[in-house]
Amino acid sequence: MAVDWDVRDLEYWDEKIREKVEEFGLSCFPQEFEVCDHFQMLGAMAYSGMPSHYPHWSYGKSYEKLKTMYDYGISGLPYEMVINSSPSLAYLMRDNTLCLQILTIAHVYGHNDFFANNFTFSSTRAELTLNLFKIHADRVRKYMEDPSIGVEKVEDLLDAAHAIAIQCRRNLAIKKLSIEEDRRRLLDVAKPLSDPFQNVHKRQTYVQPDLQKTPPSPEEDILLFVRDHNPYLSEWEKDLLTIVHERERYFLPQIETKIMNEGWASFWHREILNSLHLPQELHLEFLVRHNQVVRPFPRGLNPYYLGLRLWDDIKRRHDDPTPEEIEKYGKPTKTGMQAIFEVREVDRDASFLRRFLTEELMRDMDMFQYEPRGEEMVVSKVSDQDGWREVKETLIKNVGLGTVPVIKIEDADHGHNRVLYMRHHHDGRDLQLEYAERTLAYIQRLWGHEVMVETAVNGKKVLLSYSDKGFSTRPLK
Amino acid sequence: MPDSIFRPYSPSDALRSDRSAGDRQRHRQKVRESIRENIADLVAEESIIGKDKDKIIKVPIRGMKEYRFIYGDNTPGVGQGDGNSQPGQVLGRQQGQQGQGDEKAGDQPGVDYYETDVTLEELIEIMFEDLELPDMERKILREVLSERISKRKGYRRAGIRIRLDKKRTAISRIRRKLAVQRRVGDEWDEEQRFPFHQDDMTYRHLITDTRPESNAVVFCIMDTSGSMDTMKKYLARSFFFLLFQFVSTKYRNVELVFVAHHTEGREVTEEEFFHKGESGGTFISSGYTKALEIIQERYHPTLWNVYAFHCSDGDNFESDNPATLKAAKELCSVCNLFGYGEIKPLGSRYYESSMLNIFRRLEADNFQTVLIERKEDIWPSFKAFLAKERTHEATVSAEA
Repeated sequence: MAVDWDVRDLEYWDEKIREKVEEFGLSCFPQEFEVCDHFQMLGAMAYSGMPSHYPHWSYGKSYEKLKTMYDYGISGLPYEMVINSSPSLAYLMRDNTLCLQILTIAHVYGHNDFFANNFTFSSTRAELTLNLFKIHADRVRKYMEDPSIGVEKVEDLLDAAHAIAIQCRRNLAIKKLSIEEDRRRLLDVAKPLSDPFQNVHKRQTYVQPDLQKTPPSPEEDILLFVRDHNPYLSEWEKDLLTIVHERERYFLPQIETKIMNEGWASFWHREILNSLHLPQELHLEFLVRHNQVVRPFPRGLNPYYLGLRLWDDIKRRHDDPTPEEIEKYGKPTKTGMQAIFEVREVDRDASFLRRFLTEELMRDMDMFQYEPRGEEMVVSKVSDQDGWREVKETLIKNVGLGTVPVIKIEDADHGHNRVLYMRHHHDGRDLQLEYAERTLAYIQRLWGHEVMVETAVNGKKVLLSYSDKGFSTRPLK
Repeated sequence: MPDSIFRPYSPSDALRSDRSAGDRQRHRQKVRESIRENIADLVAEESIIGKDKDKIIKVPIRGMKEYRFIYGDNTPGVGQGDGNSQPGQVLGRQQGQQGQGDEKAGDQPGVDYYETDVTLEELIEIMFEDLELPDMERKILREVLSERISKRKGYRRAGIRIRLDKKRTAISRIRRKLAVQRRVGDEWDEEQRFPFHQDDMTYRHLITDTRPESNAVVFCIMDTSGSMDTMKKYLARSFFFLLFQFVSTKYRNVELVFVAHHTEGREVTEEEFFHKGESGGTFISSGYTKALEIIQERYHPTLWNVYAFHCSDGDNFESDNPATLKAAKELCSVCNLFGYGEIKPLGSRYYESSMLNIFRRLEADNFQTVLIERKEDIWPSFKAFLAKERTHEATVSAEA
């Protein structure tokens, strides 16, 4: 494709866009853009955009897969890629037209503002991101080059660590207690409440909490727990576990806010481009591109579309509520702009959908729930009066960490035998057993001893375990 | 906010983008391992048999999965319709529906099959990586046919510039310098220049070496009588294909000879060999005799490494058996390796006669028999065919 721009054009438009960004009140990290070709884009994508990242075969796989899909035209490349760091780094595709570049630049500022302000990202320490990844990469390479460790061992450990990296704390707003603090808390909770009518009431029984148990209360952070409680891991192994954990922690907010984030960026690229007074042919191309990006996918869900619809609806409900809405929700106390800026700070996808996805919107978008029935996928619920709540619940379960089974460590010394006992908090969705088996094998590798997970399959309680003898299942009462 | 920085495209950066090269290679290694584990299935696929060597074939690879805890099949999802969605409406088969818009880092199992391009040669290399051709009896006069290569042998004071050994030359100079220092004693001046001398120059010396054995011929002998149906021929063909490919990896120049026989043996083209059905009875000895004739005429065993393999369903005329045994013995004496594969698709084995019993009487170190019942047997029996020979060789050399 012939390119109709050079870097000066980009800088010219960027300046105009930044004026608008400030006018609208977005507050961004400093921004850097890098123009790249499709090879560089594929390379960047394979490593989630990080300029340096530790090596692992799975990134090679991801590159091959992206490249195959691209070569066969199954999927195109994104117009841009932006990473959450300060300064924020974004890649622009060399082959895109000027209009696309303008759209992309505006879109990038939307993401940038979101990274800088949404609460889920407050734990990522944006100004250290690039350095952190670089340091991690250097450390992993050092272990690979160490003759007493080597690539094979490092990759084996990374395989295992990757398998459970996402099993970590879901709510960082809840303070993590140390084991001592947690035991004290358990004692406090067990203490009977003072009862002014103790003479008439039956005497409360005091149940002694089991203070010997490790962890005192169920633990979500499997990787870190194993790191801290398996004395047989060597230092480099522990270090790798930390590295993998920190990588995952960095990416979690992006998983948790996909819909909000894409919706927010789309909202702002639309607002900014509409206010730029683009020359007519650029503006027409912009309308076409914009509609491509935010079009609904038939039978699927486009996060760009869903997010944008929600943001628009929040704004409209505050600026211009219908009489029914006033009756239902009361008169709005904020302007639409105030409302959306507040929401972009305090919500993540699950809460965003829960709070703002209304029955009307769902009906308007014709959202339905599908389930497997035999070999086929069948629509099981639609957003009518009876069904919409359930469809909404299902949707919420399918965003962010809702797609990751909740598995907590109950006991690290089960049967006084150093068996790691975990429990899957079943919410109606069974575990995929082949994957569960292999993942348990990885945990066993890291824990160095038998591991078990209690779950349910087809409504029956089952205990899956993996020891050096291999995988076994047995029913539980 | 501060000005944004634009870094223009620079092609030199394209080099940097290939940082995934190392990880891609590791991934490919893993894929290779997985191909090797599934090689028996791949070999049984018709598509790879008889293809051109440089041809790229697409091997469906079960992707190297990255396991983690995920939800199973009974997980409902949410989609968006065109406005007329009704409960009970069928969306399609399972799989394809999932994760259409949302691409979170591989937390859906989805279809993890993808194809990888492997040249047939690469595949063969993987297949034969751990197989060795039994160390055969050396051919007299083999050097006549061998190629010449250069080999290092010692050092010389004279030679051409390109073969100058810099390290040894430098050592030689230092040695001379120390000798002079010792002789001169205190008068030695550190600042003094001490150039290389003609005597320091050390050159690598090369000699031409000859490499043994370069030529091999593979005899494919097949029963084309009426009882050999398409299935049996397919099994035979697969086995010949492996044998040919394997021998090709070990020799530079491999020729193929096809001998078809029913009651008389004929040399035929590859096309005829595999596709032309004939009818009539079977004299196995006729095929062997024909092969022996061709060996005498064109591939004298003193100059050629001869590999012969015969496939049949074992249905031979009783009266021909003694002659067959005699011819087989003769073949053993001229071949490096002679094999007999009996092809009996399952179920047919008990009521048909078998040559395996007859061949039991044949005592030769380089003779092997295998039984192939279905296509999954091809690879194991092929491995056994070579492996047996190897263990045998091992015992022989242990005695010697």
